[in-house]
Amino acid sequence: MAAALTGAGWRFRRPSVIPGFGLTLGFTLVYLSLIVLIPLSGIVWRSASLGTAQFWAIATDERTVKALKISFGASLLAATVNVLFGTVVAWVLVRYRFPGRRLVDAVVDLPFALPTAVAGIALTAIYAPNGWIGSLLAPYGIKVAFTPLGIVIALIFIGLPFVVRTVQPVMEEIDKEVEEVAATLGAHRFQTIARVILPGLAPAILTGYALAFARAVGEYGSVIFIAGNIPYVSEIAPLLIVIRLEEYDYAAATGIAAIMLAISFAMLFVINLLQAWSRRRYGYGG
Amino acid sequence: MDVSIRKVRKEFDRFAALHEVSLDIASGELIALLGPSGSGKTTLLRLIAGLESPSAGAIFFGEEDASRKSVQERNVGFVFQHYALFRHMTVAQNVGFGLKVRPAATRPPKAEIRRRADELLELVQLSGLGGRYPHQLSGGQRQRVALARALAIEPRVLLLDEPFGALDAQVRRELRRWLRGIHDATGHTTVFVTHDQEEALELADRVVVMSQGRIEQIGTADEIYDSPNSPFVFGFIGDSSRLPVRVANGQLWLQDRTIGLAARGIPDGDATLYFRPHQIELLDGCGGCIAGTVVASRRVAASRRVELEVGGERHRVEIELPAGDPAAGKSRIAFRPKRWAVFPDRLAGQPGLAERNVPGRPEPELALTGV
Repeated sequence: MAAALTGAGWRFRRPSVIPGFGLTLGFTLVYLSLIVLIPLSGIVWRSASLGTAQFWAIATDERTVKALKISFGASLLAATVNVLFGTVVAWVLVRYRFPGRRLVDAVVDLPFALPTAVAGIALTAIYAPNGWIGSLLAPYGIKVAFTPLGIVIALIFIGLPFVVRTVQPVMEEIDKEVEEVAATLGAHRFQTIARVILPGLAPAILTGYALAFARAVGEYGSVIFIAGNIPYVSEIAPLLIVIRLEEYDYAAATGIAAIMLAISFAMLFVINLLQAWSRRRYGYGG
Repeated sequence: MDVSIRKVRKEFDRFAALHEVSLDIASGELIALLGPSGSGKTTLLRLIAGLESPSAGAIFFGEEDASRKSVQERNVGFVFQHYALFRHMTVAQNVGFGLKVRPAATRPPKAEIRRRADELLELVQLSGLGGRYPHQLSGGQRQRVALARALAIEPRVLLLDEPFGALDAQVRRELRRWLRGIHDATGHTTVFVTHDQEEALELADRVVVMSQGRIEQIGTADEIYDSPNSPFVFGFIGDSSRLPVRVANGQLWLQDRTIGLAARGIPDGDATLYFRPHQIELLDGCGGCIAGTVVASRRVAASRRVELEVGGERHRVEIELPAGDPAAGKSRIAFRPKRWAVFPDRLAGQPGLAERNVPGRPEPELALTGV
């Protein structure tokens, strides 16, 4: 398995002393094909058989467009909120020692483990107009449950651990000396955070953002309980797919699925490019 | 800027890292804080910088009480052992950072910052590397960037924490001379911490030897090496041999025989004799000398180290002979130290020494240094 030059420009990374490059690469390709690529290409295949006119009709159907807008809009918003507050949570967990820190640390992981339907029901109970928090907000005319805001809240809930868990380890590695040196050079706290600490965290924050966003786009269980599922208002795209399936309208279901797939892939691809750029920019690259 | 450390004490959770330390540093001086790990030298440096605050005492920069000021206001340049460069900034941005974060009123314009950075990079011999990122530089280059960055703010004091500790021996030696050159050119008051005595003795105007949170001795390289004032300094700086002796009638005794060294002013009783292995004279007969059986002999560079067992209790001492000295072949050698010091045991080498509350060390007049 000698390193082979395959044309100009790029080549295989020279294998290390541990053998098995061929075996592991072969396994990876087969495995990814079976688990990811073949099922996904099935979607593309099915929707391709729709014909352009029919596909266009599905894609421009107002209910589909609204559902896609709600899904991606709420996911972007939730991922953004998670980046802001997840970073703060990670900061608190990494920087301070306080009683109950380990408990808080464990609580962060709960959205990973909890069945999402349970989360949806619990959130609905609390944010409903007669729930604990919902009843506090109701006098101000803020409705959370059964509105798009409820969707955002559910997506924030399930996305939080992704940001915290990707940012936390990188934050732990930040050298205290770097902050101290910034202080001796006259930088005040906010300057140190903005100019020294955050730029170093940027790649990790972007990863967390991508993960939280991807998770939110695919989320189904928790959202359908809190969203109210009013067509054109608070109906998410995954739910619309299920509705179409229940109507035996497989064409429409795969059509929406293919659109979601395309948008998600494009967005994740862009985030990945950004990440690669920021890693180079911030000196992680070789 | 002269720096005056006045009776500074520092405790971490009741553990005393520094016991009442006082030190005056003259403007433009290059001072080394030298000591084994845990001696409090880094703590002292961080106190001067303001990265720690003293439990008691004060630190003055000139006439001004700096201990009331924050790190940011003190205007000190600090260089860490592991460089602590900002990895997401280019070398030039690193150097210019201290100017860039100034409040708008005192911040120089961008072009001026860039010019200053280039100037400093030239001073540290890194011209043309301003656009690189730290990870593209070698260790020695990174440390020079760190120094340029510290100098950029025109610090009142320059503080270096084991600046060459992470570099290999040859680069260390080069950078040592180079740092001396920079210091002489810029004239900053500089304090650096090291555990490498060669570095301290070669580089510094004055060396501050520290142990267990106290200053043991302050002096020039000559003073520290030639007249150590405590058993610790004698043992820590350079090679030393020691031998338990007894003081009686103004003479040093090894069991029932006199060594031939006078010990005026030292109270009778047990004591420890310290000498440098190479500062000895060989003797033929033994009327007043130290005699021992050769147990080991090793060639070290230009000389030969001979280990002797002395007296009935077989204390081992080491002496150093020129490599070709015929005496090295003998099975029994007699010698007498040419320069030596003797410290009474009730002060020397006792665990209580560092714990005493009296500031200071064995009274100098109790320690007699022979010439």
